[in-house]
Amino acid sequence: MSVDLSAVAAEPGAAKPDPLLVVDGVSRSFGGLTAVHVEHLEIQRGTITSLIGPNGAGKSTLFNVLSGFDKADSGTWTFDGRPATGRAAHRMARRGLVRTFQLTKTLSKMTVLDNMKLAATGQRGEQVLPALLPPLWRRQEKEITGRADELLERFRLAHMRDEYAGTLSGGQRKLLEMARALMVRPTMIMLDEPMAGVNPALTQSLLGHITDLRDEGMTVCFVEHDMDVVMGISDWVVCLAEGRIVAEGPPSSVAKNPAVIDAYLGKQHDDPEARGDDEPAE
Amino acid sequence: MRVSRMLVPVFALLLMALAPASAMAQSNEVPRGPTFLDRALQVLVDGIQFGSIIAITAVGLSLVFGTTHLINFAHGELVTIGAVVAFFLNVAASGPGWHLIPAALVAIAAGALLGGLIERGIWRPLRKRGTGMINLFIITIGFSLLLRHVVLVFYGTRPQSYREYDIQQAIDLGPVGITPRDLTIVVLSVLVLLGVAFMLQKTRIGTAIRAVSANRDLAEASGIDVNRVVLVVWVLGGGLAALGGVFFGLTEIITWDMGFRLLLLMFAGIILGGLGSAYGAMVGSFVIGIVAQVSTLWFPIDLQNAWALLALIVVLLIRPQGILGQRERVG
Amino acid sequence: MDWEVILSDAVRSGIGPVAAAYALAAIGLNIHFGYTGLLNFGQVAFMLVGAYGVAVSVSTFGLSLWVGVLIGLACSVVLALLLGLPTLRLRAEYLAISTIAAGEILRLFYRSSWAEPVTGGVFGLQQFADEFYDINPVPRDRYGFWLIKYSSQDLWALLIAWGLVLLITVLVALLVHSPWGRVLRSIREDEDAARSLGKSVYSYKMQSLVLGGAIGSVGGMILAIDTQSVNPDSYDPVVTFFLYTLLVLGGAGRVLGPIVGAILFWMILTFFDSALRQAIGAGVIPQDVISAPEVGAVRLALVGLGLMLLMIFRPQGILGSRREMMLDVR
Repeated sequence: MSVDLSAVAAEPGAAKPDPLLVVDGVSRSFGGLTAVHVEHLEIQRGTITSLIGPNGAGKSTLFNVLSGFDKADSGTWTFDGRPATGRAAHRMARRGLVRTFQLTKTLSKMTVLDNMKLAATGQRGEQVLPALLPPLWRRQEKEITGRADELLERFRLAHMRDEYAGTLSGGQRKLLEMARALMVRPTMIMLDEPMAGVNPALTQSLLGHITDLRDEGMTVCFVEHDMDVVMGISDWVVCLAEGRIVAEGPPSSVAKNPAVIDAYLGKQHDDPEARGDDEPAE
Repeated sequence: MRVSRMLVPVFALLLMALAPASAMAQSNEVPRGPTFLDRALQVLVDGIQFGSIIAITAVGLSLVFGTTHLINFAHGELVTIGAVVAFFLNVAASGPGWHLIPAALVAIAAGALLGGLIERGIWRPLRKRGTGMINLFIITIGFSLLLRHVVLVFYGTRPQSYREYDIQQAIDLGPVGITPRDLTIVVLSVLVLLGVAFMLQKTRIGTAIRAVSANRDLAEASGIDVNRVVLVVWVLGGGLAALGGVFFGLTEIITWDMGFRLLLLMFAGIILGGLGSAYGAMVGSFVIGIVAQVSTLWFPIDLQNAWALLALIVVLLIRPQGILGQRERVG
Repeated sequence: MDWEVILSDAVRSGIGPVAAAYALAAIGLNIHFGYTGLLNFGQVAFMLVGAYGVAVSVSTFGLSLWVGVLIGLACSVVLALLLGLPTLRLRAEYLAISTIAAGEILRLFYRSSWAEPVTGGVFGLQQFADEFYDINPVPRDRYGFWLIKYSSQDLWALLIAWGLVLLITVLVALLVHSPWGRVLRSIREDEDAARSLGKSVYSYKMQSLVLGGAIGSVGGMILAIDTQSVNPDSYDPVVTFFLYTLLVLGGAGRVLGPIVGAILFWMILTFFDSALRQAIGAGVIPQDVISAPEVGAVRLALVGLGLMLLMIFRPQGILGSRREMMLDVR
């Protein structure tokens, strides 16, 4: 749609015309068990890239490492052309890489609006001395509130504006988390299983929101273990199995790739009680 | 982290700065008798003995933390109650005046029973209500205040000793001496700790305790009765605490707040060894006991617990996961 | 039993300088625990360095009282940094245990024979606040109402103590209702979420620890100046537990929680104390059930019981909202 990836080879580690995130040799192991080992991965700017793979493939671990929530044992990566290896999570967020969580992290005892306003970056009132002088930050606060209200409207949460976030339903929390991430004005948004535990009607609306983000020029990367969900909206699909990239390409080619089918079916054949978690228990 | 490492010497210096001329004055009156090496060996023996008492009491606290993630500030009171129950049976005018050994056995049983009752009567219902972890910490603080002052009302503020084994002649073992009483305490403590380790490794309930500590949900899913395991841990912890209390009362003295004073050293031992690991708690406790006693080689005796607690903070600076703990990144 | 005496005792204690000092320390703790979710079990350590900062500067080094106040504040900042640097990145339990340990370490060092030339050891230090009472503008007279009477000196100390409580409460109210306060609350709720939105959690936790600690040290100074004496054993770990009790009683995470809590806590404590003593004196409670010296212990046991019951049945305290608490149980 927006970016043409037809010239890119459908093979693991393929180079993209304008990559936003470039990963090299990243590995992470837990107690001797390698959870992630990615030789090379590029994520194209302005596309929806899905990271798929069976449970325990290392998708979330890779996500955590790249977003600064976990430390890699080795490897380097760059974001937007600048080195990003081992940067703290909050620094990555400020540089424009914002993530959501598989188990939504809404701030229960804060209102929906406060959840939104918190996420705006560069707030003067967040420093201790200016905080004491409301005139210094009141105008900015107003601007932020306006932006938050617009986003709440767009995500159909405006009627919950002044409620505690803890009173939202599971689906509404997913929406709030996505809207809140947008308050950061990210260049790239990483969504960790946004569809998990959401009813089918809301899934459609979430997918719609995700496509909208891409159409506005944002780069979206999301983790999903259910292949069918991602096929319709992804521009590019990367498949992980046992921590390694086994295939990547446009959705149609990945769906037919024997390595992908192996990863999904093989896993189920060999190990019917595959771990329910992406990270091995410690 | 690098910044915080550099703080170790700064912290040490800050405390050194507190030591003015008085420390110098003491060095003038060094006793002529034993050499430094002899004294060092002696305090090492004392440290092992002190560490064994901390270890016995800390294991229960560590197991409770491991299985329920509860930091139990009232654990020290189980120690005090053990010591005081034995005191009433052994010494008190209104008591039966038993010999210390049966008195201690009854105290251990009472401690175990109390541990079990507390778990059944307070913590299990609260867990069922879904009370938050932080609220539970604060409830243990309230409980500790309550128990401690109830003991104070019954026992009074006067420090007292048991009737038997109070004053003994030390056995001479070359450069070091140890009283038969203290030797017995060390040997018994080590045997009990080995027994606990054996239980954790070899018995069904021990395996279950380790499973619940490692991953509570997984243990529950694989059919372990978590509530029963936690109850066993409390009974065991209560009994061990009472035993530790009797030992502590024997080697030092019985006071109404002895357990609370020991509590911080137990925490230090547990964190030093690695939070949640029972073996770590044992190792850490010995380290704490030894640090406390060895510090008396150079520093006044009223600071021995302060040095032991300081060891805890230093360890947090350089190896936050503790001696036997796993590296765990938080934040 | 003379109820008028009992009630006036309770009121005197509730509005007294000790209650004000506890209110200050609890305001600091409220920033840590109520707003940021930091489990600081060593707030007493901040009170201790504040009190001794003043006392040692004046008595031992002959400095001015006002320099002492600055030194006390500086000590509390250093202590907060020392405690925070290693522990704020670790799980909450580590901060809890290191803070309680730090409080005990400081108390033991300050009372040791080793530190006696500086801190006065177990005897503490006295008579270092003359400068404070020299500038007393309150005319010499007797003041008061009902059975509660103050000398001009008492009134001066009381005015300053509660004045500081008020001033700091206003500042804290401004802070917690600002974007800065919003970040603190987000850390209390879920620090990973705050991190994912670009907030430097570690830096905010440190700011919270330093600020709350400095306010706690002011509480310690008030305590020291009011009695013109410091003694290491008044800074027992139990003081922190009292602070938690009164904070929870008033309502943690509420601006007025510490003030309401401190006043009520001391009123209730003194009420029990006075009533029990009167009852024993009047023979209502026989001597062999509770004797006069045991009253202190009984009332502390009641504090413990009260804290447990509060935490179990009304964890939001007097000012908190039940709805907010219900959100905890998801």
